[in-house]
Amino acid sequence: MKRILPWVLLALFAGMMAAGLLLGEYRAVLEKAVTVCLDCIGIG
Amino acid sequence: MAGTAKKKPRDKRAWYQAASALAMNAWLPGWLKGRIFQGDIKGVCVPVLNCYSCPSALGACPIGALQTSFGGLRFNLSIAEKKFGLYVIGFLGAVGSVVGRLPCGWLCPFGFFQELLHKIPTPKVRMPSFLSYFRYVFLALFVVALPLLVVDEFGFGETWFCKWVCPAGTLQAGLPLVALNTNLRALVGFMYYWKVALLVLFMAAMVLIRRPFCRAVCPLGAILGLFNKASLFRMAVDDEKCTRCDQCLKDCPVGIRIYESPGTPDCVRCLKCVSSCKFGAVSYEFLKKREVAEDLRVTSRA
Repeated sequence: MKRILPWVLLALFAGMMAAGLLLGEYRAVLEKAVTVCLDCIGIG
Repeated sequence: MAGTAKKKPRDKRAWYQAASALAMNAWLPGWLKGRIFQGDIKGVCVPVLNCYSCPSALGACPIGALQTSFGGLRFNLSIAEKKFGLYVIGFLGAVGSVVGRLPCGWLCPFGFFQELLHKIPTPKVRMPSFLSYFRYVFLALFVVALPLLVVDEFGFGETWFCKWVCPAGTLQAGLPLVALNTNLRALVGFMYYWKVALLVLFMAAMVLIRRPFCRAVCPLGAILGLFNKASLFRMAVDDEKCTRCDQCLKDCPVGIRIYESPGTPDCVRCLKCVSSCKFGAVSYEFLKKREVAEDLRVTSRA
């Protein structure tokens, strides 16, 4: 079980990542990342 | 047998940390222009806390991206796009499943910054261990609950951790962008001074305490640490060889006794304990391959 668990988790999360990409979440992250984050700077 | 003692392997980790910090922040024109990188690859998450508003950052901070996803979830609007953060959660889970918290020890620029500050020669202080639970509070409250539940009139939540806490954002984005960009300078107010004060406070703590932000605050460390027990990369300690001499504790950048729990979520997997253990009791395992310092072979428990 201890040997299999990491592979199960990896498959699960890789699947989630793929689903997120198919749902266009990469674009959403990109849009946030290319805009200056005023909250991060402290003037939001 | 001092004369026959083997030389300690030279710690090259700082070079990896420096190279990683440079690689993730390689758009150097940003520092001249006072603007951030806006290329299409910036949607790629990095496995460390590296602010995407740093002028030279090439990738996206997963904690910022996660808060944005949660903040944009509008359950009550049927026409709203529902982005659940699957890409970011999947990315963090995949990294955690493979290496656990290893990026904290080898790749994180902010972790590297803390270790450099801790080299300033002053009396050092030990952080009470209960404070390490606080990073889960920061994760649950500032990254998940507040962005999800506290919304404006349009139903959008804010990036609470970035706004109120993150000193990496102040260091990498706030200070340089405000210094380089006159338009932003005009907007400086209470929040900016709050974040600068918090950064100064954290920096003072970093001089005295080993990586205090990683241990007590970092939500990314909290997430990746959850995988330490169940990742492909594992730490292992041979109980028969370990003498509890605490040399590993003395060298550990996060002040843990690896022999007490090799899979502890506090471990950043810097492998300092592997090289510092003169008995070869500490090792790591990746894809069934076991490595120990100085060619010693051990039977280990994970």
